[in-house]
Amino acid sequence: MTFVEFLQQLINGLSLGSVYALIALGYTMVYGIIGLINFAHCDIYMVGAYIGFFAATSLHLPFIPTLILAMAGAGIVGVLVERIAYRPLRKASNISLLITAMGVSLLLENGFNCIFGGDPRSYPHNILKQTNIELGPVHTDSLHLIILTTSLVLMVLLQIIIYRTKIGKAMRATSADKDAAALMGINVNATISATFAIGSALAGAAGVLVGILYNSIDPYMGIQPGIKAFTAAVFGGIGLIPGAFLGGLILGVIETFVTAWYSPLAGAIGFIILIIILIIKPSGLLGKKVSEKV
Amino acid sequence: MLKVSHLNVFYGGIHALDDVNIEVKDGEIVTLIGANGAGKTSTLRAISGLVDTAPGSSIQFDGQELTKVPAHKIPYLGISHVPEGRRIFASMTVQENLQLGAYCRKDKNNLAQDYKTVFEKFPRLKERMKQRAGTLSGGEQQMLAMGRALMSRPKIMLMDEPSMGLAPIIVKEIFSIIQSINKSGTTILLVEQNANMALSIADRAYVIETGRITMEGKASELINNEAVKKAYLGG
Repeated sequence: MTFVEFLQQLINGLSLGSVYALIALGYTMVYGIIGLINFAHCDIYMVGAYIGFFAATSLHLPFIPTLILAMAGAGIVGVLVERIAYRPLRKASNISLLITAMGVSLLLENGFNCIFGGDPRSYPHNILKQTNIELGPVHTDSLHLIILTTSLVLMVLLQIIIYRTKIGKAMRATSADKDAAALMGINVNATISATFAIGSALAGAAGVLVGILYNSIDPYMGIQPGIKAFTAAVFGGIGLIPGAFLGGLILGVIETFVTAWYSPLAGAIGFIILIIILIIKPSGLLGKKVSEKV
Repeated sequence: MLKVSHLNVFYGGIHALDDVNIEVKDGEIVTLIGANGAGKTSTLRAISGLVDTAPGSSIQFDGQELTKVPAHKIPYLGISHVPEGRRIFASMTVQENLQLGAYCRKDKNNLAQDYKTVFEKFPRLKERMKQRAGTLSGGEQQMLAMGRALMSRPKIMLMDEPSMGLAPIIVKEIFSIIQSINKSGTTILLVEQNANMALSIADRAYVIETGRITMEGKASELINNEAVKKAYLGG
């Protein structure tokens, strides 16, 4: 592999990884705040892709309004899922919550299959113009760069929300200690809803980006990237937002390079990485055992 | 100011609080003493809305009924709770913890005055503003928990075992700060296992045993009461 090829693959890897990171953020935020691996999260990504599809085809909206509509729609679906399925189980055991999440996942996948059919659909070709871009000797296409840029902008926005706003502070306090947060006057239920809304909106954005990039969406499209994004979240350290970001990018790059080197491994690499992390450092790249004084 | 009457709390089938009646008047330090598991913490958690109360229970604060008010609205009324085990936000900085203490404040412009008050009472917190709260010593964490509670400008502070796990010299310091907070006009309901310390600073006291109030009176009288001495003051 020449250096130029290396750079080209790196851009592809980063743009794929940034999509994983967008989905991984939702997994990690929800885990951070209610300790649940939200198996339905990858289907929220699919829902976002469908909302974007209808916005682009039926409403003929251009890229940015399509993206915003899909994010809003996915956010609302995420909040409803939490409100209807998870909140009544807040005091139940984690395993009940986990099984419920799997149920919601199956419901969304098969519900969409039932309503919209299983045939893949494609975004209109003109939603984003695909042009070749030459950065010196490196050839890449505009789609990858737009995806990478959009993801990075959204992740910067998320950082600002979490570290600079009142709701962000409430989210961090709630994920650390719900009772103590309530004693500060933080509405814990509203904060959890906001977390689902933001995480789901990011997944919805990822759904639109992937829908445009691969030009194909179907009700089961969330399963593969969902597992990979979950791997990315665990890789970075589940519950840690910078971890999801870093884990997503690294996983995307590794997957792209491994695929370029030996393509039959493409599907397996995510799982191989997951297994290795769980053996070597189950707390993830940025995770550490926290000891608190009493 | 605070009037708890016929308070009953059940955890599943366990009757944790059995018809508890407590009154705290404006400006007082009132202490609730008792053994481990007697129901001291449950009483405070019921006042703060963190545990559900059984029908018929009443908690009145300045004439307002609290039993139906959700936990997160209680601090807005002027009740601040320093929970058992401090419960500071360990991964956040000291400054962020204090900011969260002021979360329920509507007049954010006057916060400078509150920081000043907190730093006067706890000078060590000022030196550690940028430090993660989890890296503080136990005594400093207790000070942070109290400083955080003060940031909301409470009318009443509920304090749960401020002496827990601390060296005697730190306990003394903490208790003298509690007295000074009270002198600055904040009413205090103090829950303690360290009955000696608690009775020495309190105006009135209640003794709780297995969920029931078994004795009440002036702290100065209870400290000399034979039964209290025997059970809680080491002879």
